[in-house]
Amino acid sequence: MSTETLEQPIVKEPAEPLLSKRRKKFITDPLNDDNPVTIQVLGICSALAVTVKMQPTLVMSVAVVFVIVFSNMIISLIRNLIPSRVRIIVQLAIIATLVTLVSEVLKAYLFDMYKVLGAFVGLIITNCIVMGRLEAFAMANKAYDSVLDGLGSGFGYAWIILAVAFARELFGSGTVFDIPVYDTLYSISGGIIDIQTNGLMVDSIGAFMVLGIIIWVQRTKNGYVEH
Amino acid sequence: MEALNIFIKSAFIDNMVFAYFLGMCSFLAVSKKVSTGLGLGAAVIFVLTMTVPINWCLQEFVLKEGALTWISPSFETIDLTFLSFIMFIAIIAAMVQLVEMIIEKFSPSLYGSLGIFLPLIAVNCAILGASLFMVQRDYTIIEATAYGSGSGFGWFLAIIALAAIREKLKYSHIPNGLKGLGITMILTGLMGIAFKSFIGIVL
Repeated sequence: MSTETLEQPIVKEPAEPLLSKRRKKFITDPLNDDNPVTIQVLGICSALAVTVKMQPTLVMSVAVVFVIVFSNMIISLIRNLIPSRVRIIVQLAIIATLVTLVSEVLKAYLFDMYKVLGAFVGLIITNCIVMGRLEAFAMANKAYDSVLDGLGSGFGYAWIILAVAFARELFGSGTVFDIPVYDTLYSISGGIIDIQTNGLMVDSIGAFMVLGIIIWVQRTKNGYVEH
Repeated sequence: MEALNIFIKSAFIDNMVFAYFLGMCSFLAVSKKVSTGLGLGAAVIFVLTMTVPINWCLQEFVLKEGALTWISPSFETIDLTFLSFIMFIAIIAAMVQLVEMIIEKFSPSLYGSLGIFLPLIAVNCAILGASLFMVQRDYTIIEATAYGSGSGFGWFLAIIALAAIREKLKYSHIPNGLKGLGITMILTGLMGIAFKSFIGIVL
């Protein structure tokens, strides 16, 4: 471990391209090697709770990406004005404002989704990914970099919960985005392929199992081992 | 009697962890040792028992439509429910700060071992979730208190059970990729099956 070299020095020149290699890493790292859900163990609650069907999951991921990106940006802009003793409250206030915004928009334009997601929209406030990114990144970096970092973490979260939702909806209800898959297979094959849906997947237990298996597969591919 | 029913129901049948997946982050991260699990569980019980009734009062006397009539009858149409997220989280953050100060004063060793996870109780979904569910379910204040403490107790039981299993897990041979979080998720799922046996009990 002693041969560890220092990371590249901070790029200072103003002419850094908008998507330099360093900045691309902000987006690509959380998708795989540093995924917020499977590697950093953050944001598990909502990853499990809303993933019974694909559609609410999609709405949820859009909402979370929105909140992460904008809270990262706002905190990064005012980071030098926040006294460190009260930073948690300031961060929570900004996150709560953005989440209230999301919840009011959902209530106005997507009322069905609002009813399905219920209290879980409000629980984006306590999604550890948002808070974690603010503490770890936005408090120490420039606004544009923070936006990219927020996008990366948001997408890293989104693809995991969409994967969980895909498995749960397909095996649990036999549909994908409410399009019947099992029934179509049944009628196309003339009744030969007759798969039963698995009630365990609709239930909370299925979510734990699916996420556990996704983590297993992903970590085996990455070679990440927890001690 | 109704309050006792709600306590038992929220601790076992509607368990925060196994039925609603709330408070998972700290549940997974602090459950490596029983002793830390005990400390965090107790702190969660305390915070939940305090915040749910306080937020109930806030909802009933400030936020609900027509709740401000005790100031003046002309406020009858004011509906401040859109402020509930900010108000609830502010109360919770203040309570957590209080607990942090108390633990630091009386048990510095526990304070050290809980570390970052103590302030993180503020962003423990179980706490905010309980307040939001309390609003949805139209409880009275006694029922709300019972619900808060019951949910906290259920979370406490869950984290201790998981911590006890994980202490034994150290001695088993697990595939590399499944070590840590992976096996813990599957374990939690299996524990969830056990808690499912409470379903159907009508109180």
